[in-house]
Amino acid sequence: MTAGSTAPVEVERPAEEEIIEPDVPWIVIVWNDPINLMSYVVFVFQKLFGYPRAQATKLMLDVHHKGKAVVASGSREKCEFDVSRLHAHGLWATMQRDR
Amino acid sequence: MALERVKRTRNGGFLVRLTTSERETIRGVPSMLRDLLRGGDPADPALQRLFPPAYADDPERSAEFAHMVHDDLLAQRMAAVDTMERTIDADRLSEDEVAAWLAAINDVRLMLGVRLDVTEASTPLDFEGDDERAASYAVYAFLSWLEEDVVSALTPGR
Repeated sequence: MTAGSTAPVEVERPAEEEIIEPDVPWIVIVWNDPINLMSYVVFVFQKLFGYPRAQATKLMLDVHHKGKAVVASGSREKCEFDVSRLHAHGLWATMQRDR
Repeated sequence: MALERVKRTRNGGFLVRLTTSERETIRGVPSMLRDLLRGGDPADPALQRLFPPAYADDPERSAEFAHMVHDDLLAQRMAAVDTMERTIDADRLSEDEVAAWLAAINDVRLMLGVRLDVTEASTPLDFEGDDERAASYAVYAFLSWLEEDVVSALTPGR
């Protein structure tokens, strides 16, 4: 898989952007949908994140019953990579600041 | 439990056991998905479901993200379509080929599910009286069964 490589990219950022973007981690959220199979969602969480079956199942059940679950966190680049992989597998995933 | 349609073998491959009519049902999957992906109408809700926004509350960053990853995601999806089409009559598949089937089957389920506006409580009765939608739902339901078997076969330790 190559989408959204985690390799750092050197970018010149204006100083003010550093102030606008505090060092707050990002989170990846998977939202419930009526189409994806529960077994498939567990399979994808195990495959993409290496979660043990019990943890992947708990996250799937959180998505199913609570409407969403935080499945990963970290830098913005890492989260974009995770979101792209979740999208490639047809899961409805978004990312946002953790606050 | 009913006979598994897809089963891992001891040599690491996978056996596919489908009836003639089941094989005919899945034969249309690759072209359905290719038509959707090539159609390229950004307003198509099925296409939006396959390429959703990455940032729930930031359209600008979502657009940057889409610009960055869309072509790779599209290429991955097309590669799965090509693999499934090439192996549609196969009785034995490699793990990579099964993964491609799973990807294409899930994408087509998403497409049909969006078009049929399915809910977790949908049944065939909801589509009675509309032959075209009833036929689409029958394909959707069969692909759901098949996907369960594929996931089960791919899941380690089973």
